[in-house]
Amino acid sequence: MLSNIGIGLVVLVLVLSFFIIYIASLNLRTSRQTIKKSIYNLSLVQTTFIILSFFTLIIGFINSDFSLINVYENSHTTKPFFYKIAGTWGNHEGSLLLWINILVVFSYLFLVFNHDHDKKFRLYTLIFQNILILGFLFFLLLNSNPFNSIYPIPLEGLGLNPILQDPALAIHPPLLYVGFVGCSIYFSAAIASLLSGYGGKLFAQSIKTWVIISWSFQTLGIIVGSIWAYYELGWGGFWFWDPVENASLLPWFAITALLHSLIVLEKRNTLYYWVIILCLSTFTLSVTGTFLVRSGILNSVHTFASDPSRGIYILLFLSLMIFSALIIFYLNYKKETYNFNLKSRETFILANNWFMAFFLVTVLIGMLYPIFLDVLTNIKISVGPPYFNIVIIPLIVPFMFLMAIGPRVSWIKSQNKIFYKISLLILGAIIINLLIFYFFGKYSFLSNLIFIAAIFLILYSFLDIKKFINNKNKTELPRIIAHLGFGLLVFFIGINHQFSLEEDFNLKVGEIKRTNNYEINFENIKVRESKNYKAVIGNFKLTNIKNDLIQYLNPEIRIYSNPETLTYEADIKTKITSDLYLTMSNVSRSDYYNIKFQNKPFMIWIWISALMIALGGFMRLTLKKNED
Amino acid sequence: MKISISKIIIISFVIFFLFVFWQGLKINNNYDTKNLIGQKISNFRLAEINNNKQYISEEDLKKNKYTLINFFASWCAPCRAEHKYLLNLSNKKKEIKIVGINFKDKKKNATDFLKELGNPYNFVGQDSEGKISILFGIYGIPESVLIDSDLIVIKKIVGPIDQIQYDGILKLIQ
Repeated sequence: MLSNIGIGLVVLVLVLSFFIIYIASLNLRTSRQTIKKSIYNLSLVQTTFIILSFFTLIIGFINSDFSLINVYENSHTTKPFFYKIAGTWGNHEGSLLLWINILVVFSYLFLVFNHDHDKKFRLYTLIFQNILILGFLFFLLLNSNPFNSIYPIPLEGLGLNPILQDPALAIHPPLLYVGFVGCSIYFSAAIASLLSGYGGKLFAQSIKTWVIISWSFQTLGIIVGSIWAYYELGWGGFWFWDPVENASLLPWFAITALLHSLIVLEKRNTLYYWVIILCLSTFTLSVTGTFLVRSGILNSVHTFASDPSRGIYILLFLSLMIFSALIIFYLNYKKETYNFNLKSRETFILANNWFMAFFLVTVLIGMLYPIFLDVLTNIKISVGPPYFNIVIIPLIVPFMFLMAIGPRVSWIKSQNKIFYKISLLILGAIIINLLIFYFFGKYSFLSNLIFIAAIFLILYSFLDIKKFINNKNKTELPRIIAHLGFGLLVFFIGINHQFSLEEDFNLKVGEIKRTNNYEINFENIKVRESKNYKAVIGNFKLTNIKNDLIQYLNPEIRIYSNPETLTYEADIKTKITSDLYLTMSNVSRSDYYNIKFQNKPFMIWIWISALMIALGGFMRLTLKKNED
Repeated sequence: MKISISKIIIISFVIFFLFVFWQGLKINNNYDTKNLIGQKISNFRLAEINNNKQYISEEDLKKNKYTLINFFASWCAPCRAEHKYLLNLSNKKKEIKIVGINFKDKKKNATDFLKELGNPYNFVGQDSEGKISILFGIYGIPESVLIDSDLIVIKKIVGPIDQIQYDGILKLIQ
C-alpha cells in the first residue's frame, strides 16, 4: 500500500519535471518579461508531492511497515520512536529521497524568492535544476527505490546499526544534505547565468543567500559529525582524516572560496568567471563525494552497503554534469582582465581563494592517490593523518594572518595606517605564546607559530568587536564571529593536542591504577536492561592526586539486540577547562577490562569555537536586504 | 569554441579522473570472494551458541574429512527451504560434518528454529556481529562453504542448497 503511494508520488514528480522543463522552454521564447503563473503552480505541486513522498516513507518507518524492503532492512519494532524516524535517512535509498526533496524544494524557493531578477536567467535555472532532479529521480526509481516492496511480509526488521542511534547522528545527514545538495541551485544558476548572459553583480546578489545557506549548513553538519565521532566512536578523537570526512571537506573548501569571492563580484563586479567555476565545482565535488561514498570505492565508517551498479550510475551522471558544464562554460567564456592593487581587500580575498584551492587539492590528492595507485599499479596503500598534518598545518599560519588583516583592508587601495597596529598585535601574540610556553610546557617551533598566528587572529577579532560596538555596523558582525571562531578553533585544537594525557591499561574489578595525576579505582560493575540493549556499566572512582577531587565515571559496554552488536560508550565528564574521558572494553576470556583514560583540555571550547563559525553564517542570513 | 592547449589539458584531466573512477569500481575490496576457492581458511574460531566457553577452531575442522560451513539465521526464509537438504546430508553422509554459523540472530530464535526443523549441525556457532562471516565474504544468507581436511575451500554456494547443489556436493566428496 505505502509502496504504491510512494512510487506513485515519485512518478508524478518525474512527470511534473518534464512538464516544467517543457513549459519553461516555451516561456523562454516569449517576449513577455514575466514567468507564466502555471510554472509557479507546477513547481509548487512538484514540491508538495515530493515532500509527501518523503512523509510516506517516514510513516512506513514509524509504523514499522516491513512490506517495504527499506524499512525491513533498516528498522525494528523495538527501536525508540526518534530513531525510527531517523532511520528514514540513515540508509542509501532513504537519503537519496531526502536528497531529491532538497533539490526540489530549493528549486521552488529559488524561483519564488528571485522574482526581481531576469526572467531568462530564472527560467534557465529552473530548467537545469529540473534536469538534475530528473537524473536523481531516474536513479531512485531504477536503482535505489526506497519504496520497493517485499513479499511475504517479514514479521520483524533487521534493525538500525546501534552506532547510528545517536542524536547527533540523526541530524548530521539532513544538515549535510541541505549543505551539499543546496549547492545544486547555484550550479544550475551558474549555467543559467552563462546561457542568459545575466552575470556580474546581479548574479552575485541572486545566489548570495543560497551560498550562505548551504555554507552554514555544511559547516554545521561537519561539526555535528565530528561531535558524534568524539562521543560515540569511543576513540577520543574528533577528526580522523577518514576518506569520507575528506569527501565532505572538498565541497566545503570550494564553497568557502565561493563565499568570499562572491563578495568581490558583488562589490567590484569582477572575478565573474572565477565565481562561476566555483559554483560549478562545489556541486560537482558534492556529487563526486557521493560517488566515492556510495559506490563502495572508499572504505570507512560511512560505508554504505555497496553496490557497483550504483557507482556506475552516479559516475555516468557525474560525467554528464562535468562535460555539459565544461562545454557551456567554454562556449560562453570571455577573457576577463583583473587589475587588483596588492594592498586591496580583493587581493586578500583572492589570497583566501588560493589557500582554499591549495587545501582542496591537498585533500583531493590524499584521498584519490590510493585509488589511483590501486587502479593503475595494483598496490594498496592508505594515506593517513601524517600526510594531511604535514602539508596543511604549516599553511594555516600565513592563512590566519591574512584572515585577520584582510577584512580591515579597504577596497581598491588601502593606506599604510594599519601596519603599526599589526606589529603591536603580533608582539602581543608572541608574548602570550611565550607565557603559555613558559608556564605550561614545551612544544615545537611550528606549534609556536600556530599559536602566535591564532592568538593574533583572536586579538584582531577582539579589536573588530570593539569597533563594532562603536559603529554598530551589523554586516560586520557575522564575519567577525566566524573569523574569531576559526582563530579560537585552531588555538584550542593546538592546546588540546599539546596538553592531552592518554593512558591505556588493563584492570580487574577492585584494582587501582595510578597515573601521573590521577588514581583510578575500578570499584564494581553493574548490568542494566534497557529497551533495545543491555548495558554492562563500570563504576570508576577517579581521584585527582593534586587536589583530592573525586569524580565517578561510568563507561558502558552495550549489547544491542537488533542487530546484535556490541558498542562501547565512553563516559565523558565535561568541564570548562577539560574533559575526562574513560572507555572500557572487555578482554575476551578474562576478567580484565581494557581501559582507556584521557584528560583532554578545553574540549568543549573546540565545539564552541567551531559552532561560532557556523553561527556566523546563520547570523548573516538573518540580516535583511537593506542592511547589506 | 576555439581549441586551446589549456582546454585540452583540462578535458584530458577530467577524462583521466573519470576513467580511474570507472576502473576503481572494479577494484577488489575486502568483501570480494571471487578467489575464495582453493584458498586455505584461517583465523577460524567460533563460540558455541548456547555455551560461550565451548569453541570450535581450525584444529577441530582438520579432523573432519569434509566440513560444510553453513550460514543461517532464524529470520531467513530461504534457510528454511534448504534445511531438509542439510538434514539429509548429515544423516546419510558420515564423511561430511556440518558446522552451522548463526548469522546476526537472536540466540533464542535460533534454538527454536532448530527445535522446530531439526538440527543437522555437528556444531552451531554464533556470529551475532557477522564478523566471522566477513572472512568468507558472506553478504546474504544462506551461504555455504565446503572445505576439506586441509582447510582448503573447494566449493562456495551462494543462496539456498537445492537438489542440484546437493548432488554437486555429493559428487565432490565421492
